Amino acid sequence: MSDRFVGTPKKATTHVNQKENLIFENSSPGKKAYRLAQLDVPAVDASALLGDALRSDGLGVMPELSEIEIIRHFTRLSTWNYAIDLGMYPLGSCTMKYNPRINEAVARLEGLAEAHPYQPESLSQGALGIMKLLSDCLLEITGMEAITLQPAAGAQGELTGMLLVRAYQESRGDARKKIIIPDSAHGTNPATAAICGYQVANLKSNSLGMVDLAELERMVDQDVAAMMLTNPSTIGVFESEIHKIADILHAKGALLYMDGANMNALVGKTRPGDFGVDVMHLNLHKTFSTPHGGGGPGSGPVACKQILESFLPVPTIRSLPDGSLSLVDNRPQSIGRVRAWYGNFGMFVRALAYILANGPDGLRQTTEDAVLNANYIRAKLEGVFDLPYKSPSLHEVVFSDRLQSQRKDGQPGVKTGDMGKRLIDYGFHAYTVSFPLVVPGAMMIEPTESESREELDLLIDALRQIAREAEENPELVRTAPHTTRMQRLDETSAARKPVLRWKSPAAESLNPVTR
Amino acid sequence: MRYLPKSAAERQEMLTEIGVSTIGSLFETIPAEYRLERDLRIPRQHAESEILDRFRAYAANLASGDAEELAARPAGGRSVASFLGAGAYRHYRPAIIDSLVQRGEFLTSYTPYQPEIAQGTLQAMFEFQTMICELTGMEIANASMYDGSTGAAESVLMACRVTGRQGAVVARTVHPEYREVLATLTRHQGIPITEVGYIAPGSGQSRQDGRLDLDALDAAVTSETACILLQSPNFFGVIEDVAAAAEIAHRKGALLIVSIAEAVSLGIVRAPVEADIVSLEAQSFGVPVGYGGPYCGVIACKEKFLRQMPGRLVGETTDGNGWRGFVLTLSTREQHIRREKATSNICTNQALVALMVTIFLTVYGKQGLRELAEQNLAKAAYLEAALGSAGGQRIFSAPHFHEFVLSTREPAAEMNARLLEQQIVGGLALEKWYPELGASATLWCATELTTRAQIDLAAALLYVPGSSIAPPSEPQQAFTGAR
Repeated sequence: MSDRFVGTPKKATTHVNQKENLIFENSSPGKKAYRLAQLDVPAVDASALLGDALRSDGLGVMPELSEIEIIRHFTRLSTWNYAIDLGMYPLGSCTMKYNPRINEAVARLEGLAEAHPYQPESLSQGALGIMKLLSDCLLEITGMEAITLQPAAGAQGELTGMLLVRAYQESRGDARKKIIIPDSAHGTNPATAAICGYQVANLKSNSLGMVDLAELERMVDQDVAAMMLTNPSTIGVFESEIHKIADILHAKGALLYMDGANMNALVGKTRPGDFGVDVMHLNLHKTFSTPHGGGGPGSGPVACKQILESFLPVPTIRSLPDGSLSLVDNRPQSIGRVRAWYGNFGMFVRALAYILANGPDGLRQTTEDAVLNANYIRAKLEGVFDLPYKSPSLHEVVFSDRLQSQRKDGQPGVKTGDMGKRLIDYGFHAYTVSFPLVVPGAMMIEPTESESREELDLLIDALRQIAREAEENPELVRTAPHTTRMQRLDETSAARKPVLRWKSPAAESLNPVTR
Repeated sequence: MRYLPKSAAERQEMLTEIGVSTIGSLFETIPAEYRLERDLRIPRQHAESEILDRFRAYAANLASGDAEELAARPAGGRSVASFLGAGAYRHYRPAIIDSLVQRGEFLTSYTPYQPEIAQGTLQAMFEFQTMICELTGMEIANASMYDGSTGAAESVLMACRVTGRQGAVVARTVHPEYREVLATLTRHQGIPITEVGYIAPGSGQSRQDGRLDLDALDAAVTSETACILLQSPNFFGVIEDVAAAAEIAHRKGALLIVSIAEAVSLGIVRAPVEADIVSLEAQSFGVPVGYGGPYCGVIACKEKFLRQMPGRLVGETTDGNGWRGFVLTLSTREQHIRREKATSNICTNQALVALMVTIFLTVYGKQGLRELAEQNLAKAAYLEAALGSAGGQRIFSAPHFHEFVLSTREPAAEMNARLLEQQIVGGLALEKWYPELGASATLWCATELTTRAQIDLAAALLYVPGSSIAPPSEPQQAFTGAR
């Protein structure tokens, strides 16, 4: 290890990684990992039943392996992943918290996992009961008045929220054209506004990285439908003048949409519905502990004020006088469906299990610990790294690479991306690199509440050593990671000549041009 | 709180090191009037055992989730057999799927933006993309979409970008909820949607009824049409004539999008190779029906449309040592780079569910997928014969996979109420979406998990004593298939 580090890493070490081919390369004809149940009805002549529609290509490269080989293949692949279960993800804006295992256990209970979305309501009371209690909890947490659980992820939640705004204003004969989005926003915000047919008006942040009220006041006119705002902002700071922002918008008939990506800073401490937000989404896979799974599934419920309720997607849930629950899809003003059925139900089960495990005291303590952890990191690393915005942090802190990238001796420095890669060598995932865009060379760190002081101290130690390396041996940082199974991957050639699927060598030799 | 790894003393020490005395001072940027000074009004903190009890009560169909109520009134409303499909299909899920996807390294990892420590997820996604290409007959596939409904809508938006045209012609035989999602997502994009009907029973076109009306399709597609969207097998279970629809689309410079809601059909139904874009719902490949989600959409297409593909893509490359590795690629299409000019606003997708699909496809493989599909076909044929001999009549005569529309003497609501008394969930009533089919049309599905005993029981219950037909006997007598 001595040649690979300036100091001694406290967390990382080297370990054995096994080689593993692509599954197709491990396949050999005639192997099986399945056995179908004995057929208890007469077999059929498929070609007689299907005629021309019968498939005859033999399913090409689909693999053939035994069960143990499949288990080993995917288990070996799994060991190449970093994961929350292995250590901290200091990924700002991603809220990579612990994913409780009881959530997985209850989501797999047969009566829930096997429930068909079209089964009669008399058989769906348990499933609807989960959706109702989760809805009630989320309304209380957000201080809002109506909710849909249907959106499949945060970005779809944004879309749903914008469609609600649009339907509401059009119903009043007040169709509008523009959405105001701060330059610090997530990329999904402008992409969403565009899909809803809106023009995007960019609002430049002020010198504190916050909404510039005077500029906002100038921008808001009768064409502005809404503002999409992340609060706390992507630099982890609460918009203290949020009520004034809401007032400016409301005075001109525009609405305030809140991107709930950073809700982990607020749960149990303040409620968006109380501070003027009209509509917002939540990310169950961030704030409410459903697993990220290597990139999904997510779930993006949208909560709103009563003025928007009649526009919510169908179906909604209604309590009947006899105490039973019913789905309602006869809602003439609804924006329609944004997804088939009711949303990512399996994530509702997990999120509700998380809320129950916490209760009101646990959720508040969770938020306090998330904020405590971010401020601890900030206190320990301020000065080691540049802190471009000094406003008090909530759940995340954004440093910049200015001190490391612009060396006093004029030598080439190291950048945020290099230091993020180097953090991998110390046994961590990288922090969020180069976001938000308002901070050049951003290093965005969100520890979440799930980290012990010991793990935080390891991260702080690692980042301090990396700062020292940047000074004493920048090449070591620029070429990181050094201890991973793979070295830096060539992303440029991957994009220039995309190879997006495996082809058998035999097929390749027949048609080499396609590669 | 058991998920929080800190003692009260540690919290206090950390506050001291930060230089504040109370946690409250870290929240002072929140204006006082908006600080919540009371407890949230949500259920109290539960022990793990209490959580399990509560969800067991929900799973036993109690809306209250009250474990004591469950103890007093067990087994409130369950079914012994269900013949529902309609876009959510119950197939056997090999045990290794849940065992593998619950490995923390898969379950709790982030989107693979740092490829050096995410090769497991990336390689599995590359395998997923390869298998989806193979099954659909397309050249490239993305790493997943939310589900089949949003995937179909995104495919239409993609076709508009590719062709530079605005307008889609959509078959009425596409899943009604998919069409509703499409309407929602295209409403503000200036994309007119034209619906084309299907060939009605008794039209004189033998083995064509239940299919998209190709003459009407030909008439509906104009030089302004970006794409045709059809589903095959369609919502009635009928297999569409993809080649004929493709010919119409291509003759007029439009693209053909084929949506597939029942992925298991691909084991035996010809791949829609004439299509330009295929939007697949892969739920059938190892994903629980789970009250409607999470599922696994995916878009596959011809390689020339690559730059307009929404969603994440995994590509092969090499590392500094020249080793093969995988990365997320072509992200200049995506929202975090292109912002309002992106191909879609999608960010999080369905990675873990796509992994379930990949494992399922590996378990069944080349031979198993065929055998599995054959069993589904056989079960549906038996179901059709059994219900037929009990007085039900299949409405459409075009070839189908494992679903079909049945017409019964009784209205669907009465029939299903009678079946439900015996804990059988009968076919899905179609009148809500297809009033022209009347109140007695139901959509029935059989999969490899449907047993002969369940089918015989349903047929016996379907039969209305005193009606003009004979009671059901051994239905296979009337059945002509070879054993």
